[in-house]
Amino acid sequence: MITDLREVIMNVQTDNEAQPLLSIKDLHVWYELRRFGFGHAGYVKAVDGVSFDLAEGETVAVVGESGCGKSSLMKTILGLNIPTSGEVVFDNENLSELKGDGLRHYRFKIGYVQQDPYGALPPFMTVQKILEEPLIISGMKNKEERLARIHKAMSEVKLHPVEDYLEKFPHMLSGGQQQRIVIARAMLREPKLIVADEPVSMLDASVRVEILKLMRALQESHGLSVIYITHDLSTVKYFSARIFVMYAGNLIEKADTRRLLENPLHPYTHALLAATSDPDARNADTYKEVPPGEPPSLVNPPKGCRFHPRCAKAIAGLCDEKFPPDFEPEPNHFVACWLYQDASS
Amino acid sequence: MNTTSQKLLHIDKLVLHFKTRGGAVQAVDGVNFDLDANRAVVVLGESGCGKSSLAKAMLRLLPRNVEKYEGQVFLQGTDVMAFQDEEFRKNVRWVGMSLVPQAAMNSLNPVIKVGDQVAEPAITHLGLNKAEALGLVRKMFQHVGVPFDFADRYPFELSGGMRQRVALAMALVTSPNLVVLDEPTSALDLLTQANIMNVLKRIKHELGTSFILITHDIATSSELADEVAIMYAGQIVEVGHARDFFPAPLHPYSQMLMASVPRLRSDSDPMFITGQPPSLLNPPKGCRFAARCPYRFEKCDEEPPMFGKNGRKVKCWLHA
Repeated sequence: MITDLREVIMNVQTDNEAQPLLSIKDLHVWYELRRFGFGHAGYVKAVDGVSFDLAEGETVAVVGESGCGKSSLMKTILGLNIPTSGEVVFDNENLSELKGDGLRHYRFKIGYVQQDPYGALPPFMTVQKILEEPLIISGMKNKEERLARIHKAMSEVKLHPVEDYLEKFPHMLSGGQQQRIVIARAMLREPKLIVADEPVSMLDASVRVEILKLMRALQESHGLSVIYITHDLSTVKYFSARIFVMYAGNLIEKADTRRLLENPLHPYTHALLAATSDPDARNADTYKEVPPGEPPSLVNPPKGCRFHPRCAKAIAGLCDEKFPPDFEPEPNHFVACWLYQDASS
Repeated sequence: MNTTSQKLLHIDKLVLHFKTRGGAVQAVDGVNFDLDANRAVVVLGESGCGKSSLAKAMLRLLPRNVEKYEGQVFLQGTDVMAFQDEEFRKNVRWVGMSLVPQAAMNSLNPVIKVGDQVAEPAITHLGLNKAEALGLVRKMFQHVGVPFDFADRYPFELSGGMRQRVALAMALVTSPNLVVLDEPTSALDLLTQANIMNVLKRIKHELGTSFILITHDIATSSELADEVAIMYAGQIVEVGHARDFFPAPLHPYSQMLMASVPRLRSDSDPMFITGQPPSLLNPPKGCRFAARCPYRFEKCDEEPPMFGKNGRKVKCWLHA
C-alpha cells in the first residue's frame, strides 16, 4: 500500500502537465469460481491487465462483444467491483484505498447511464422521487435546493415543461423520455465522468440519434469525460474521440476514432468492422467474412494471444505461445498483435 | 412444389385488433403485400408499430383478447384464413410456414435435448418416426452450421448464436416454403449476427426458402432483403425492391427513418424524427404520419391509398 502511494505521488510529480482524470494501471478483475459453494475452482478473468488514461473532457468508447469484460471494467470504474489487482486512480483518489464514506463520495463523482432505461427506473416511484433520492442520500437537506437541482437536470435533458413529468411513473413515458430521465439522474451530482453502458441499444432508430446528440451536447457544455460502452461501431464516431477495442478481458487496440475506423490494425478489429453493415441493397449479394469460432472462456483463456485460435493471420510458434504486448506502429495507435512487432520502433 | 407464376404469399387487408380496457388497439390495420417464391421481404418498423402482431396474425398465434381478426392470407393460392383452427394447425403451421419467434434462442425447452426438440415438428407434422426425423435434423444442422453431436446437448450447453441456429433448424425441419423471422438477430453479438445473416442467405440459396424478416435493425436487414416493407402505426406505408428502396425511399417516414441510421462508411450526419408515433388506440383519421411529417398539406387529413409507381407502392399523397 505504502509503495503504491509513493508511486502515485511520484507520478504526480513527474507528470507536470495534465494529470489524467482517470488512470487505470494493469487492472485485473477476477471472479472466484467455487465448487459446491466452497471449494476453489479457478477464476473468471473478466478484466485481465487493462491500462489506460482518460483526460478531463475526453470521450472514449469501449467496443467489444458480450462477455469480453467491458461491463466488469465499467463496474470497477464505478466503484461497484473490487479490483483483484492493479490500480484505479480517479481525480487523485486511489479506489482501492477508499472505504465507507470515501467510497460513497467517490461514487457521487461518477454518473452512470444504464442500458435498459425501463429496467433502471424503479416502476413504483414517480420521476420526482427517482431524481430526489440520490440528492437525499448525498446529503442535500434543503427540499427547495433539491427541486431546483432536479429542474436544472431535467431542462438539461430537454424534458420541458418539467412539471408535466415530475408526477409521472416510468411506464407512462416513452423509451426516449425514460432514457432522458436516466441521463438526468446521472447528471444530478454534477459528475466529472459519465459511464454510459450501451445507452441507446434498447431504443428505436429514430430516437437513438436524438439521445446520442443530447449526450454529446451535455458532454461539450459541461466538459464531461465520458466512457461509452457499446458493441455498435457505427454510432461510435458520432460520440467518441478515441476507441478501445476489448477482447477476452484485454484492450487489444487503442486509437483515435477516425484513425481506427480508417486503418484498423488488429485482425479482430478488422472482423468487427467487416461485420458492421450499412443499409445497402448490395449487401444481400455477398457473404460476410466472419472469423470462425466464438470468444474463449475467460476461466481458461488460450495461451498467447487470446484471439489466435480464430485468427487467419496467426503466426505458429509465436501467437500461440507469447502474449503480445502493446505495439505502436503509428503514433498514438496501440495494438496488441505480433503482426506489428517490426512496424513499431 | 411451387408453380412458377403463382405468388407464394398474398395478403389482403389483414386486420388484427386487440381488446383492451381503453378500447381497441389497432395493431395490424389493413395490411396488404405479396411475396414470390425464394424471395425475402423485410418488414421494418419501430417498436409498437405492429410488426410482431403481423407475424402473429399470419400464423394465427393469437392471444385471448382479440377484438377483430379478418382479411385474407393466400398461401400458394389457398386462402388459409378460411381454415378452421385444427385444419390451420395441421396444414399451414410448420408445413406451409413456420416462425422463428423473437428471442428464439430463449424459447427452447431447457429440459429437452436440442436434437429431440428440432425433431419434434417433423414427427408431429410429417409423420416420421424418430430415426427418420433425426436424419432430417442432421441435414438441417448441416445447413445452419451446427455440428451434429450438439444434438445430444441441452440448450444451456450452447452459446446464444448456436441456440439461434438450432431455433432456425427447427423452423426449417418441416421444409416450409416460408419462414417468418421475428427479430432473429437483435439479441446477438455483432459477429454472431453476421454469421446468422450468412446462414440465412445460404439457406435461401440452397433450399429456396422465402423469408419474412421482421426487424427494426435497418442496416442488418439489408443483408437479406429482396424487398422492403415499411410499417408505421399498424399500416404498411411503403413497399418496394430493396435495390430501389435503400438508395431513395419515397415515403417521408421512410426517408426520415433511413436518415436516422448511423453509418460506418459515410460521414452523413444522422437525423432524428421529432414527436412520437400515434397511439394505436385511437389513430388519427388521415395519414397516420401527418403529425410528424414536414411535407404535410391539406390532403393529408384524408387517408391516402397505396399509390403505385414503377413497381413501388407508397401510401402518401405526395406521390398521387
